[in-house]
Amino acid sequence: MRAPAASDIAAGEVLLSVEDVTLSFGGVVALRDVSFDIKKGEIRAIIGPNGAGKTSMLNVINGFYQPQKGSISFKGETRTKMRPYDAADGGIARTFQNVALFKGMSALDNILAGRTLKMKRGWFWQMLRIGPALTEEIEHRKRVEEIIDFLEIQAIRKVPVARLPYGLQKRVELGRALAMEPDLLLLDEPMAGMNLEEKEDMSRFIIDVNDHYGTTIALIEHDMGVVMDLSDRVVVLDHGVKIADATPDEVKKDQAVIDAYLGVAH
Amino acid sequence: MLYREAGQFKTSYQADQAIFPIAQDRWFVWGLVAFGFLVLPLFADQYLYTEVLIPVLILSLAAIGLNILTGYCGQLSLGTGGFMAVGAYAAYNLALRLPETNLIVVFLFAGLMAMAVGVLFGIPSLRIKGFYLAVATLASQFFLEWAFARVKWFTNYAPSGSVAVGKLELFGMPIQTPMEKYLFVLAIVVVMTLAAKNLIRGRLGRMWMATRDMDIAAEIIGIRPLYAKLSAFAVSSFFIGVSGALWAFLRLGSWEPLAFDINRSFQILFMVIIGGLGSLLGSFLGAAFIVLMPIFLNQLPGILGIPMSTALISHLEFMVFGAMIVFFLIVEPHGLARLWAIAKEKLRLWPFPY
Repeated sequence: MRAPAASDIAAGEVLLSVEDVTLSFGGVVALRDVSFDIKKGEIRAIIGPNGAGKTSMLNVINGFYQPQKGSISFKGETRTKMRPYDAADGGIARTFQNVALFKGMSALDNILAGRTLKMKRGWFWQMLRIGPALTEEIEHRKRVEEIIDFLEIQAIRKVPVARLPYGLQKRVELGRALAMEPDLLLLDEPMAGMNLEEKEDMSRFIIDVNDHYGTTIALIEHDMGVVMDLSDRVVVLDHGVKIADATPDEVKKDQAVIDAYLGVAH
Repeated sequence: MLYREAGQFKTSYQADQAIFPIAQDRWFVWGLVAFGFLVLPLFADQYLYTEVLIPVLILSLAAIGLNILTGYCGQLSLGTGGFMAVGAYAAYNLALRLPETNLIVVFLFAGLMAMAVGVLFGIPSLRIKGFYLAVATLASQFFLEWAFARVKWFTNYAPSGSVAVGKLELFGMPIQTPMEKYLFVLAIVVVMTLAAKNLIRGRLGRMWMATRDMDIAAEIIGIRPLYAKLSAFAVSSFFIGVSGALWAFLRLGSWEPLAFDINRSFQILFMVIIGGLGSLLGSFLGAAFIVLMPIFLNQLPGILGIPMSTALISHLEFMVFGAMIVFFLIVEPHGLARLWAIAKEKLRLWPFPY
């Protein structure tokens, strides 16, 4: 059962909304009554100091963690419990803070693996690899090549990803997420550990993905310059609580945010 | 000089995704297959067939099966011998109870039964990983060994527990002589290797490898762990089951459950590890190494003209063989297939160093 296509939702309408989500591990509360929404077509940033619950939030959206309280609606469908597979099937893709590529496979195979859900031929045809299975394989290779061109990684398509430098690995991981043709793309610190040039490249790709494919993006990032430049709206979390939700300019002036980052005198 | 890919331009994705994108590789493999089918039968003697070619081919098939599970999907298994036994006894019982069944159908049935049992014993893999899974599959090995030794129906109430197959034939052609058996095995191995290669480089293979490399990331791109792992168990067990049936029917002729004991599981696992995890070529190289090296070592003193008692030779054989396994694992932990890949890489540049 597939959720309705994102095309049914007009740009600017709510694509995903998080309502009163509370997540705790034993006695540790990672998220407390957090609510916000992501509108179709926007770039939404989630920021906050270390341990604020940003990655936990993505994990909830993504189905890795089941919140104790609250619900999430995606494309108008409300759900409380779900598996990462359902999220993927519904159109949510994701990259990780520490690169989570398939190390033994080439860049090309990694990105092709992202198209698993789009490929329909059964094992019998795959085994024979003639007719429809072959056509399908080549069809998807073409789509993957478009992504490879888009991310400018033509030269490394046959290289096992374990051998690639960090910046390129991040790019391949973005490629794998794009191959899923997601409606919502979650990026967990896409620029962590990058130098200035790599950050600029990555920013350009994020803007292009948003522009070119119209993909809605939610990203976690610590580089405030990048966040302020890229995002349309920003959610600020601190100790699992939402302390601000506004445009970048407003967030910059918000006293609660400044206090959270700089600390307050007791 | 000879091994160059310069000038071989791919004009379609199909050509780029071929099994052997480099023309020289293609010729070599075609040549090898032609040699196996046409040239070898001209001069091979019975010893070469029954002690070398047939065992290497059949065990290669089992190694491919285990490699799919362990090398490609990352699920460690020690139940190979048990699954081979399932194939052997399934084939035996079908051939016994429905004697008119075509031999191909018998082997298919063997594979399918092993597949069913493999999936059943693969279910714990959804919860446990690594060494713990190895122990769980070890339990399946002991259980299956026990079942075939104790449940008399499987062995058709043979008093000694040993069973034998009758005359084999395929479409009216007898499969009796070593050469006929060899050609039959070779044909099956070639076809099944091709099928394995196609599965591995297709969507299913990517699902297996993704699960092996990072199961969490695999799940978020929409790969169900349940489906990926159990399909790997299914395909792997199918291959192992067919190889078990081949081993029983064409190599042994008559056998008892001991032929598929835990030592067989270890033997196949060593083939996969020495040959190279995650490589079909490695399955063949590993099988050849494990089968042929003891034979070679056994005959070496005779060839060199060193007088030695047979007992001493067989003791030395074990020691040297063990030492060689350790040596190879230290020199190249990724197996013989990696050595081959490195050699090819060097050959591309030869005779220039850069």
